[in-house]
Amino acid sequence: MGHRLSVPRDQTCCGQPGYNGGHRQQARAVARSQLQLLADFDFVVVPSASCAGMFINHYPLLLADDPHWHEAALDLAGRTRELSQFLRQQQWQPQRRTSDPRRLAHHTSCASRRETRSHSDTRQLLLAAGYQVEEPANAEICCGFGGSFAAKFDRLSQRLGHQKLDACAALAAEAVVSADLGCLLHLESVAGGPRQLPVYHVAELLAPVSGGRRTP
Amino acid sequence: MMRYQANAFKRQANKALQDTTLQQALDRAQTGFVARRAKALELVDDFEHLKQQARAAKERALSEAAYLLERFECQVTANGGRVHWALDGAELNRTVIDICRQAGGRRIIKGKSMVGEETGLNPALEAAGFELVETDLGEYIIQLAQEPPSHIIAPAIHKTRHQVADLFARHHRQPPRTGDSIANLVAEARQQLRAQFLSADVGIIGANLLVAETGSVVLVTNEGNGDLSANLPRTRIVVASIEKIVATLEDANAVLEVLGRSATGQAMTAYTSFYQGPVQDDAAGSPQSYHVVLLDNGRSDLLAGPYRDILRCIKCGACLNHCPVYSNVGGHAYGSVYPGPMGSVLEPLLHELASTRPLPNASSFCGRCEEVCPMGIPLPRLLRQLRDRQHEQQLEPQGWRRGLGIYGWLSRHPRCFRLTLKLLRGALWLVPPPFWGQGRRPLRPAGRGTFVEQWHRASRNER
Repeated sequence: MGHRLSVPRDQTCCGQPGYNGGHRQQARAVARSQLQLLADFDFVVVPSASCAGMFINHYPLLLADDPHWHEAALDLAGRTRELSQFLRQQQWQPQRRTSDPRRLAHHTSCASRRETRSHSDTRQLLLAAGYQVEEPANAEICCGFGGSFAAKFDRLSQRLGHQKLDACAALAAEAVVSADLGCLLHLESVAGGPRQLPVYHVAELLAPVSGGRRTP
Repeated sequence: MMRYQANAFKRQANKALQDTTLQQALDRAQTGFVARRAKALELVDDFEHLKQQARAAKERALSEAAYLLERFECQVTANGGRVHWALDGAELNRTVIDICRQAGGRRIIKGKSMVGEETGLNPALEAAGFELVETDLGEYIIQLAQEPPSHIIAPAIHKTRHQVADLFARHHRQPPRTGDSIANLVAEARQQLRAQFLSADVGIIGANLLVAETGSVVLVTNEGNGDLSANLPRTRIVVASIEKIVATLEDANAVLEVLGRSATGQAMTAYTSFYQGPVQDDAAGSPQSYHVVLLDNGRSDLLAGPYRDILRCIKCGACLNHCPVYSNVGGHAYGSVYPGPMGSVLEPLLHELASTRPLPNASSFCGRCEEVCPMGIPLPRLLRQLRDRQHEQQLEPQGWRRGLGIYGWLSRHPRCFRLTLKLLRGALWLVPPPFWGQGRRPLRPAGRGTFVEQWHRASRNER
C-alpha cells in the first residue's frame, strides 16, 4: 500500500490500566510520553480497538485542562486508526482468497463497537478474504474482560466469557476472531474443557492472504 | 430497612451466580425488558431527537433548580397543598410521620417509591406504630417476603412465579388457587389489596416528575395502584427527590416520551397522572389534605460538581437491564438501594466512598449503559471519576495501588518496561495454574519474544 511502517521500540502502554484504575495523574504522564513518541507519524495504527479508543476518545478527555497537550491529544486522535479501520480506509485487498474452511465467530468487542466503531470493518475484511464469518447472538454484550474487572470479579468475568463462548458455539463456529487483544486473552483463558475454541486476532487471519505468515 | 452492605458486593455477586432460581428469574425478565425497549425504539422515527429534547428539558431544570423548586412550592401552595423540605432521609421520615399523626391516620397505603427506599420510610413508619401496605404488585410481593427491591422499576424481578405463589399461599388466608398462572396471582393480590385501599387513612406515592409552572406531580404506573393510593385516602403524601423538577408541562412531556420507551418499551404507560392539589369540593370525597415532601439528601451539593450529570437520571432502569453485571447478579448483590450502573454512581455520592468501594469497580466499562441511557448520562465516565476519588482517598486495595503504581512508572521508562516484559514472559512458564484462578487455563507466551522484539529481529534480518 506504499506506506513506510515503523514499530517504535520505546512504545509501552496507552495508560488505560491506570486511567481506568483511578490513577489519573499517572495516566496523564503516560499519555504525554506516548504523545511525544507518536508525534511524527501520519497514521498510528493500533491492532486493538480498546487501546485505539484510548488514543481517540480518552486522551483528549484526560488532557482537557492543558491546552498544549490537549491539542496534541486531538491531533493524535485524528491520526489514530484501529487496524481493520485503517486497512479498509486504505482499500486493502487480499492477494488470494483463503483456503481456511472453518466457520468463524466474530467477537465484535465493546471497544470496536463503541470506541472505534470499526467492528463492521473487521467483518468486511474477513469476508473479502473469503472467510466464513458470523456474529454470535448478543454480540453487543461484553465478553467479561474489562481489564482489571476480570481480576477483581473473576467468577463474574468467567461467567460472561462462557456466555460469549456459548453464543459462538451456537453458531457451530470452529474459531473466534476479534480485533481486540484483551478480549482474546480472556476468551482463550476461559475456553477450556469441551469448548476448546481457538481464538485469533484478525491480523493472524489476514496475514496468510496478504502473502504473510500462516495462521498459527 | 435492608442492611446496607455494598462492600460485600463480590461475595453477594458470587452467591447470586450460583443461585439457579435467581438466574432463571433474571434471564427471563432481562431478555423481556431488552427486547421490548428495542421494539419500542424501532417504532420511533428518531429516538435520538427525543433523547436530545428530554436531556435539554432536564438540563434546563437543573440549571435553575432553586428557582424552579420555589416556583413549584408556590404553585402547590396556591393549589391548596403544602410542600415540606427534607435535608436528609431522617428528616423526610419524621415529616411524613408528623403528617400522618396530624391526620389522625393509622392505616397507610403506599405506591412504589425509590425515595422511600432511600430513606427507609417503611420501617420508620412501622416503628412509629403505623400499619402500612405496599400496593404496587412487585412492592407488595417483596413486602410479604420482607426483602428490599432488586430493581428500580421492577422490585420483585428476582422472584419466579412459583416463588410468588408460595409466598401468597403462606400469607393470604384464603382457599388455595386453581393454578399458579400469573393472571391468577394478580387477581389474588388485587383482591387482597382492594380492602386495604378502601380502609386506608393516608396514601403515600412517589413521583416521576415535578412540574414547576403548574405545581403538578407526575406519576406513571401500569397497575393504577398509584392512583388508588393517591385518591382514595383522606390524606395524600407525595415523596420525591428534588432532581425530579422540570420547568413546564412541555418539558415534562419531553421526559415522558423517553421514559416509558426506555423503561418498559411502552410509548406511554397505562396511567400517566398529574396531581395538582387536594379535592376542593367536599362532596367529591377524598383527599382533603395534600402534602409534597421533597428530599435533598446530598443532591444539591452535586449540582455544581463533576457528578451533576447523574441528576438527569429519570430512573427508567434501562442501564440496569442492559448491564452485563446487573443482569447476571441481580439487584440484591449490590447491597445498596439503587443497583446497576446508575446506582453504582449514585450510591457512593449519597453515602460515602468507603462504604461503597466495590460499586464503581463493578463495571467492565463496556459502555452499554451509556448507549441506552435516554438522558445521555456518561455513566462509565462518572464511574471512572469515582475510581479516581477512591484512589485519592487510598480506598483501593494496597496490592492494586502498588501494582498500578509500578506499571505506570514502567510505562514511562521504556527500557525498564521492555526488560520487565522479557522477564515476565519467561516467568509465565513458571506460574502455577492456580494463579490464574479456578476455571481459567494458564496463559503461556506464544512466539519467540514480544511483538516488538520479533518485529525488530525480522527487520534486522531483512537488511
